[in-house]
Amino acid sequence: MADMTHSTTPHASETTTTARPEGNLVARFFRATEIDTRMLGMIGALLIIWIGFHILTGGLFLTARNLWNLSVQTASVAVMATGMVLVIVTRNIDLSVGSILGFTGMIMGVLQAQYLPQLLGFDHPAIWAVALIGGIVVGGLIGTLQGFIIAFLSVPSFIVTLGGLLVWRGATWFVTSGQTVAPMNPSFRLMGGGAEGSIGETWSWIVGIIACLAIVAAIVNARHQRKRFHFPRRPLWAEYVLAGVGFVTVIGAVMVANAYFWPINIARRYAEANGIPWPEGGLQIPHGIAIPVLIAIAAGIVMTFIATRLRFGRYVFAIGGNPEAAELAGIKTRWVTVKIFALMGVLCAIAAAISTARLNAATNAQGELDELYTIAAAVIGGTSLGGGLGTIAGAMLGALVMQSLQSGMVLLGIDTPFQRIVVGIVLVTAVWLDTVYRARAK
Amino acid sequence: MTDQNIPLVEMKDISISFGGIHAVEKATIDLFPGEVVAVLGHNGAGKSTLIKVLSGAYRRDGGDILINGEAAEIKNPRDAKKYGIETIYQTLAVADNVDAAANLYLGRELRTKWGTLDDVAMEANTREVMGRLNPNFRRFKEPVKALSGGQRQSVAIARAILFDARILIMDEPTAALGPQETAQVGDLIKQLKREGIGIFLISHDIHDVFDLADRVFVMKNGKVVGHARTQDVTKDEVLGMIILGKVPPGAVPGPGAMKVA
Repeated sequence: MADMTHSTTPHASETTTTARPEGNLVARFFRATEIDTRMLGMIGALLIIWIGFHILTGGLFLTARNLWNLSVQTASVAVMATGMVLVIVTRNIDLSVGSILGFTGMIMGVLQAQYLPQLLGFDHPAIWAVALIGGIVVGGLIGTLQGFIIAFLSVPSFIVTLGGLLVWRGATWFVTSGQTVAPMNPSFRLMGGGAEGSIGETWSWIVGIIACLAIVAAIVNARHQRKRFHFPRRPLWAEYVLAGVGFVTVIGAVMVANAYFWPINIARRYAEANGIPWPEGGLQIPHGIAIPVLIAIAAGIVMTFIATRLRFGRYVFAIGGNPEAAELAGIKTRWVTVKIFALMGVLCAIAAAISTARLNAATNAQGELDELYTIAAAVIGGTSLGGGLGTIAGAMLGALVMQSLQSGMVLLGIDTPFQRIVVGIVLVTAVWLDTVYRARAK
Repeated sequence: MTDQNIPLVEMKDISISFGGIHAVEKATIDLFPGEVVAVLGHNGAGKSTLIKVLSGAYRRDGGDILINGEAAEIKNPRDAKKYGIETIYQTLAVADNVDAAANLYLGRELRTKWGTLDDVAMEANTREVMGRLNPNFRRFKEPVKALSGGQRQSVAIARAILFDARILIMDEPTAALGPQETAQVGDLIKQLKREGIGIFLISHDIHDVFDLADRVFVMKNGKVVGHARTQDVTKDEVLGMIILGKVPPGAVPGPGAMKVA
């Protein structure tokens, strides 16, 4: 174990960490920047997958179009993965997320396509919001019910949510006797992405700039806090490296999103509708960042805040580390469990909004197998099934890894059954790697 | 020692059973401010169970708990903490995956005015308390898992004294420790005693606690054999109480005392 105590002396000077020429250059770099090697491994794996598919598909993968689609396709599972982290951290599992997605999606579909137009009038501007809130409430109630059974009736979460998997899928069918509900409300559909459901070039840059400012603010604030309490600080160059990496990522993502233009038919219709003359080379309107991606990022930020800055999050991790100690410390562990599952239900409903809006329909089969993708995303993202360990950002990155594999295989023309085989193998391998990693860490 | 008339804690006729087995039967013990009382007995004698009733981990089936002479309702660990009862468990009840500050404040986190966790303040206080308790402790940012048994124990003790405990329960406090750390815990007990805190020491090993304790209670088969001031009895006599239930002349017999034929 490396000596970690050298820099914790009070009043550590600016140079303490760098003044110690120990280990090789790479080791020193990681220590100075405090980058989590596990997270880095995941980013490395993602890059290998991307470049590998790019070569195998003959240059189809790393295109603005594919990456933009990848981001939209990832959004729904990424939203659910943020909640699955908390579930798995407390040594529970939720197998019902795909079915809850299906059920809440169907509720939102029926609300906006059948009930609300009659109630509020067709094209009422609030329809999409009422439908969304309705779905979220239903998702929250389902989660609360499941959490209550797990926490207070002491039925293992595996069984409760396995039952939920069947119950809510069955309930989905009952809402419309199996009929698909379509189309969705035009405002609601913005949540699914597409040409309309993206924020365009200018706003994408504004979002990018805000993100860059947030990175700077976070680094400055962290440094200020450490200084105030005489904690060791990163060397300045490490702060610049971290900020630089952050900037490049954000700006790169915005540029990619802006490099994917509207499909020619949509652009032509838009031009006609707005009286813009159709130019010779066609009209190139950038998509910009898709709304579902923004929703997923917002979910990630909110969930990270909950997990790391609030009491509730602290309790979640403490329960995962030692349930008995948490109970003896006076934490109401059962209520925490109920809240976790309620939150999971709400996130399922948000994911359902994204996926029904994207499909422009609510179907019976919506979200089937999503529980496996969600669990896989969380586990690949470093959430340990032994409990107590996991990050929201990791899980979202895990969702991106899963979706990259999926999209890459589609681009390669690999059949669905074989895709499932690969996904299954990846899941088992990820858990095995987690086991190896934890055994080493001891 | 302060007022000797009203005990800080009085547990009267406490009974608790698990599935028909009487783990504790009509046990009565008391504790005065600034006093160290050892509760001794073999493994399974019921001493940990009795004391867990006080710390709120178990609910009693019968009997009364009086704190400063007034009846106290203790149904869960939160209730116990309201009465200033802090417990250091034998199993070192810490959450392994979070750091020392998070463990110290577990269940009683400091919060900023926006309701978020005030990690900076918690860590600063943790550094101060740990500095007093164990000046060698440096690993504040690491999960408790990475610490040695003694360091984990100092985290557990720091947690108990951080919140101005009036009654401290230590269940086998030195079981996981080396000789030097055991001596440190001994010094700490003396210091806390001077501050007027009442301390229950639970142990199966009389040598650990005899010199620290003012009084001993001995339990056997879920019953109190008897109690005595340590100055009135010898170690061997107390051993006789633990092993045989034989009450020496210097001690007050309880319901579990060996019936002399």
